[in-house]
Amino acid sequence: MDSIIAAFHWFVSTFPTLSMALGLLLLPLVPLIIGVAMYVWWERKVIGWMHVRMGPNKVGPFGLAQTFADVFKLLLKEVVYPANSNKTLFLLAPLWALIPSFAAWAVIPIGPNVAWSNANAGLLFLLAMTSMGVYGIILAGWASNSRYAMLGAMRSAAQVVSYEIAMGFSLVSVLILAGSLNLSDIVQAQAGGKGLFDWFWLPLLPMFVIYFVSGVAETNRAPFDVAEGESEIVAGFHVEYSGAPFAVFFLTEYANMILVSFLAPILFLGGWLSPIQGWVHADVAWYVDWIWKGGWPWLFLKVFFFATAYVWFRASFPRYRYDQIMRLGWKVFIPITIVWVFVAGCMKYFGWVTAGA
Amino acid sequence: MIQFNPADLATMLPELFLLGATCTILLIDLFLKPTQRDVTHWLSLAALLATGVLVWRDAPAQGASIAAFNGMFLRDGVATVLKVFVLLTTGLVFLYSRDYLRGRKLFVGEFYLLLLFATLGMMLLVSAGNLVTVYLGLELLTLSSYALVALNRDSAVSSEAAIKYFVLGALASGLLLYGMSMIYGATGTLDLAKIHAIADFSANSPHRMLLAFGLVFLVVGSAFKLGAAPFHMWLPDVYQGAPTAVTLFVGSASKIAAFGMTWRLLDGAMGGMHVHWTQMLGVLAVLSLAIGNVFAIAQTNLKRMLAYSTISHVGFLLLGFVNGSASGYAAAMFYVISYALMAAVAFGMIMLLARAGFEAEEIDDFKGLNQRNPWYAGVMAIAMFSLAGVPPLFGFFAKLMVLKAVIDAGQMWLAIVAIVFAIIGLYYYLRVVKVMYFDEPHDATVLELPRDRGFRWVLSLNGLALLALGVAWGPLLDWCDRAFAVAALIPR
Amino acid sequence: MSFQLICFYAFAAITVGAALAVISVRSPVHAALCLVLTFFSTACTWLLADAEFLAIALVLVYVGAVMVLFLFVVMMLDLDLDPLREGFVRALPVGIVVAVVMLVEMLGLIGVRSMQLPAPPEPAAAAGMSNTSWLANALFSQFLLPFEVAALILTVAIVAAIPLTLRRRTGTRTQNPGRQVMVQARDRVRIVKMAAEKPAPAADKTGETTP
Repeated sequence: MDSIIAAFHWFVSTFPTLSMALGLLLLPLVPLIIGVAMYVWWERKVIGWMHVRMGPNKVGPFGLAQTFADVFKLLLKEVVYPANSNKTLFLLAPLWALIPSFAAWAVIPIGPNVAWSNANAGLLFLLAMTSMGVYGIILAGWASNSRYAMLGAMRSAAQVVSYEIAMGFSLVSVLILAGSLNLSDIVQAQAGGKGLFDWFWLPLLPMFVIYFVSGVAETNRAPFDVAEGESEIVAGFHVEYSGAPFAVFFLTEYANMILVSFLAPILFLGGWLSPIQGWVHADVAWYVDWIWKGGWPWLFLKVFFFATAYVWFRASFPRYRYDQIMRLGWKVFIPITIVWVFVAGCMKYFGWVTAGA
Repeated sequence: MIQFNPADLATMLPELFLLGATCTILLIDLFLKPTQRDVTHWLSLAALLATGVLVWRDAPAQGASIAAFNGMFLRDGVATVLKVFVLLTTGLVFLYSRDYLRGRKLFVGEFYLLLLFATLGMMLLVSAGNLVTVYLGLELLTLSSYALVALNRDSAVSSEAAIKYFVLGALASGLLLYGMSMIYGATGTLDLAKIHAIADFSANSPHRMLLAFGLVFLVVGSAFKLGAAPFHMWLPDVYQGAPTAVTLFVGSASKIAAFGMTWRLLDGAMGGMHVHWTQMLGVLAVLSLAIGNVFAIAQTNLKRMLAYSTISHVGFLLLGFVNGSASGYAAAMFYVISYALMAAVAFGMIMLLARAGFEAEEIDDFKGLNQRNPWYAGVMAIAMFSLAGVPPLFGFFAKLMVLKAVIDAGQMWLAIVAIVFAIIGLYYYLRVVKVMYFDEPHDATVLELPRDRGFRWVLSLNGLALLALGVAWGPLLDWCDRAFAVAALIPR
Repeated sequence: MSFQLICFYAFAAITVGAALAVISVRSPVHAALCLVLTFFSTACTWLLADAEFLAIALVLVYVGAVMVLFLFVVMMLDLDLDPLREGFVRALPVGIVVAVVMLVEMLGLIGVRSMQLPAPPEPAAAAGMSNTSWLANALFSQFLLPFEVAALILTVAIVAAIPLTLRRRTGTRTQNPGRQVMVQARDRVRIVKMAAEKPAPAADKTGETTP
């Protein structure tokens, strides 16, 4: 143990910049991974309640340690390579899915200008990163040398590419109103004296709905989870995966869901702003002021709502048929978004909606 | 910051009108039954006519060059003349091809729409005042052309031609872009007039190499699009493989636009270096004359023969550039217009003879045409004589003007080479005439003419026009001269 | 040598290496993936040049959409590239000549560069705005016409794609799932009210043995 600590000391003192960079990199990742574990537990619990079951309740208090137990089990299992599979790509695929989904977190702010990278083109960066994630799925499907996996990958690729367009347009309408691509600026543009009516969900109501639905489709979650489609193609693109690579896919999926749950409030529901902003002016104590002044607890409450909505959808809706998904994306969402981008442009041009307080 | 100026829209009114009309036709065509396709046909013709009227009405005063969108778009005499003839030849394509398309299940709205979009691209191309507009206009034209060549999906020859056209066309666009990027690197501007002001090849110029490379690529890209040897490989296959209606378009209207592009790029932007590009064009012209005329002799397929004849005509066209002065450009423009009108007759005749399931594209298919229908044999003979450059037809005076420009430039040997090859070329044009008049027909029945009376009338008129313009070529040449003479005088 | 310069050389080397791999690897899927890497590292070099919008747009459009479809097609076709590669060695000398010519050209350009005047200041920085908004301003003012023409070219591509690919086969039997779902009970079952059948009178009894 001492030698490990000594080695750590040596490393930090010899490469201070590198250590700091690594530390900064780990800073968002560790909470994210723990968050994913909690989210999986919460999903199973909520679905359990909806099914009038208990959900996980044996490992740890309220079954909280259940996910960790599952993860350790997966990590210790053997990785099975399918016959005639392309081993390099087979292992590269989960990483290629994971890296963009983690990289996207770099620009997520949790307070005014509090982000790992307060990039100017943050919104574009997010779009770019989420569009890269589909490679992991396609490669997994192809490298597995399995028909089910290939079918799942094809479905997923078509679906993600289609819904990205609608998603992109809804982000465009947000940036038209906010006049910035910086996520922190976008939240600040929703500040004002009219409480929650200053947020973008009101002028962009159709876009808000479309954004979140597209987000659900982008993450391949129910009711759009045809990429996995247990009843038709077993488990879709990751049917051949086991052990740690499977855990990585699992982690990616939940990290992406949390990402979408963060973006929906940041873009449309005022991020960390309080829904009663501008209505109450008081200074009581730092631990209650955030209720009207806004702060990260509000953001996390909103995120919690959307994350739960994901679970709620999964428990409520039957799976869409594939052609219905495509129809919804191309024939319903994209036309609506195109029209609403124009409407948003008018709102901005004629000054019906102004950015900022 | 540069502001948008609404007056710019008025400057490009003909183009905007054509765009609006095309979009309207696109929408109307969606709701038409296949039996009502004639509506699209007449609407397209009406759109071309109205655009032509607008171009004519808004023709700028002599010598004026009106710039719009920060010099991206220019309206001057050259653009007006070229646009009028681009619209005219596109209209001929529509008029000639209706029955032909109907017989081949190609009578679809997309044919008209793609041609209209291509026309728009050509109008932008000949009006371009900026390297970006040149490139985009060209792409609008060529992208539509690729699709048009491939329109007959069930024909393997057609698909092969389209793929060849696409691959080589994309290569040519790449070369052109490469040259443009070098010129941008050397001059720091994309505006043709500004490049003209900066680009010279004097020894103390800091960017000599870069400009030289850029110029070479521009010349190569333009030669590809014109079909000058040794960048002609795509031409015979495309001419033969494409539906004849599309061949007519590629061979007439788009050659006029390619001339406009070459002039804008070489004189408009690189005019200061004309000493260098005239040499390159001289080599290209001689090669084109030689390859075009010699290879045409060996052809039995009329469309392929006309393709090689196009190559030789492009050689003549480039000779006009060798002069590097207004009179030379005017001669070249006169030549390209005459070529487009002659090619229209030749391809129109092929379509006249074609039936469902019979292309009439072999020279043998014209055997004994005189016995079957003397009038159209006469029209074809006029076209062939005119293409060969026999006096007193239109083609003769076009060749004469170009040769005059070459001799004025002091390039006597080029003129001699051109005359020698023109005489060699006489052989294969006259062979068609011989086949029509002296060979026995396969079937001696009277030629069954297409139902479309408009087609027959316009084709006859087109043929007679070659005769009429051969007699009274003065006004047209004068118009071409005026377009350039003044354009060269105004300070750029 | 600054950190940026090291990054530039690293990304440039990856770009060149990946581009070489695109044309030299055996499997088409690997080639497509190498092309993805080429695009990505190119985007990184652009980021180093402060062209953030172009860099991210490259990743978004080419890596995120175009190459996905490309990969999709390559995987579906299961190409056998060996016949296509047969001419590779034969064409190699020509290819090398072309490459050498290009290289000489590039050297010519570098030779030019040494004589070049200092680069003009970066317009976005000079205007005091971010690269993205400067680009937007330029596109929608100075380059408005080309921008619109580019949109027109995309329209042409769509119009052209329809006659080239849309094929209505006659005589094929396909389902229309949309209509299937719309079906209602009354389309399938017809409930008819009718009087109950009464047993036939006794005279018919003889026929009962032979149903």
